[in-house]
Amino acid sequence: MNKNLLQTELCGMKLNTPIFAASGTFGFGEEFENFVDLQRLGGVMVKCLTPKPRRGNDGVRITETPSGMLNCIGLENPGVEKFLSEILPRIKDKMNVVVNVSGSSVEDYGELAKLLDVDGVAAIELNISCPNVKDGGIIFGTDERQAAKVTSAAKKNTRKPVIVKLSPNVTDITKIARAVENSGADCLSLINTLMGMEINIHTWRPTLGNITGGLSGGAIKPVAVRMVWQVAQAVKVPIIGMGGIRSAADAAEFFLAGASAVAIGTANFSEPSITMKIADDLEIYLQSCGLKNIRELVGKVK
Amino acid sequence: MARIFDAEILSNEEVAEKIFRLTVDAPKLAEIARAGQFVQVKISDEFTLRRPLGIASTLGGHVKIFYRAVGRGTEILSTKKVGERLNILGALGNGYTPREGKVLLVGGGMGLAPLLLAAEKFSTDVLMGGRNQGEVLFWQDEFKPHAEKIFITTDDGSYARKGFAIDLLPDILAAGNYSAILTCGPEIMMRGIAKLAHEKNLPCEVSFEKRMACGLGACLSCSIDTANGRKKVCKDGPIFDAKEVFDYATDNQKN
Repeated sequence: MNKNLLQTELCGMKLNTPIFAASGTFGFGEEFENFVDLQRLGGVMVKCLTPKPRRGNDGVRITETPSGMLNCIGLENPGVEKFLSEILPRIKDKMNVVVNVSGSSVEDYGELAKLLDVDGVAAIELNISCPNVKDGGIIFGTDERQAAKVTSAAKKNTRKPVIVKLSPNVTDITKIARAVENSGADCLSLINTLMGMEINIHTWRPTLGNITGGLSGGAIKPVAVRMVWQVAQAVKVPIIGMGGIRSAADAAEFFLAGASAVAIGTANFSEPSITMKIADDLEIYLQSCGLKNIRELVGKVK
Repeated sequence: MARIFDAEILSNEEVAEKIFRLTVDAPKLAEIARAGQFVQVKISDEFTLRRPLGIASTLGGHVKIFYRAVGRGTEILSTKKVGERLNILGALGNGYTPREGKVLLVGGGMGLAPLLLAAEKFSTDVLMGGRNQGEVLFWQDEFKPHAEKIFITTDDGSYARKGFAIDLLPDILAAGNYSAILTCGPEIMMRGIAKLAHEKNLPCEVSFEKRMACGLGACLSCSIDTANGRKKVCKDGPIFDAKEVFDYATDNQKN
């Protein structure tokens, strides 16, 4: 089989496959070492980091839903300093490290981008779309001006490619996409989770400790494909598509819609080696289409 | 090292109301599994998450698992037939610390499952509590070949001594010479057991249960507070030193 079928480039990063592991579902990559050839991934979007450590939300943090799940982890993480001193040195030679970050202010994003402008970081992904914390994230992802400010702040402080992760919890995602593109974003990733809720009918209480949570998994795939398609028409920067991908067939939809790469999230939970299977099957699909490289599929929906 | 096993189902039968005993042929998994560890069972492609279940026995290369059919996932699991194959991720978690001398196992209800593997591997007596006769009889049969002495309580008094397992604990500790207590069951029970163990200066390990998604320490669904900072039940646990997770000064669980 032609080894170069899936090799591609994104914002100057050389990718063995255009398949990433999505932030929050893959730890710092090491947790999946037994199941995945980490070098074969386009990269790992590591667990979201904040300026200071966070303990996350109390109470129940996940619940399974029809073809999906809700989570409200609440950005539990060791903080950027511990990441830089202890974790990054351990993982940097094992994979393309994309660092997902979230802050409580525009300045936080600038500061995080500056701290992460170091050897071993392939790119920085700005999380402006976490629905589970009150003091950051989604506040910036649902307002064009805020999203633009955060993007500029990060861009000014790093030479690394800046990916901005967009929220689906907005009226018109293309407006946010254009705003962050105009502020210098090198790439967009979408979608983050859709805000949802479940109520226990025996206790009459919300299942989740945080009351609401982020919906992910197969259930959100059509929403994600639609948004990738819309955004692809609205911007020129490349898109990393994600949302409910469980197979190469699912991934192919995102490429056709206009994504240059994809990320796999919730599917890693039930099949820790799913990214490898998707890569294998995607090669087979491309060959069956008579294509020589994944780039030939991007945006080709008729 | 955890991996995925494709295991044939050898039996899957109801041993008490809604409680099932599942045995699969998985010699490699049986070889690596330690007492207190668990597996993540894939129900079917229709489910987004696996179901975490304790490993109860590994004799003869057969991995035995007990589960209560309480939700849609475990209900579907209960309909799986002998000969079908099951996709199992394991063995996960840390497991109980192996110890010299005899250990006392104290379990309530389904918490007895991981303790059964401890009985297979260590020198043990077991103290078991259940709701009624039906929910302790099969456990008694399971533990009989492995544990030396078996002490039993039922909540309703329909079998053996009426009351909770902890009611018998002071007398058992006074009569026996144990190097540690290993416990698994409802948190309120484990907290009581741990407090008593602490007073007797006996090491005590408890098994925690939390909703989890990945089982590999990546998603942080199952994080808890401990005396040594945040820990993941799936990877740093599920077995914890009782002192790490219970605060005896205030008698409050840290979480």
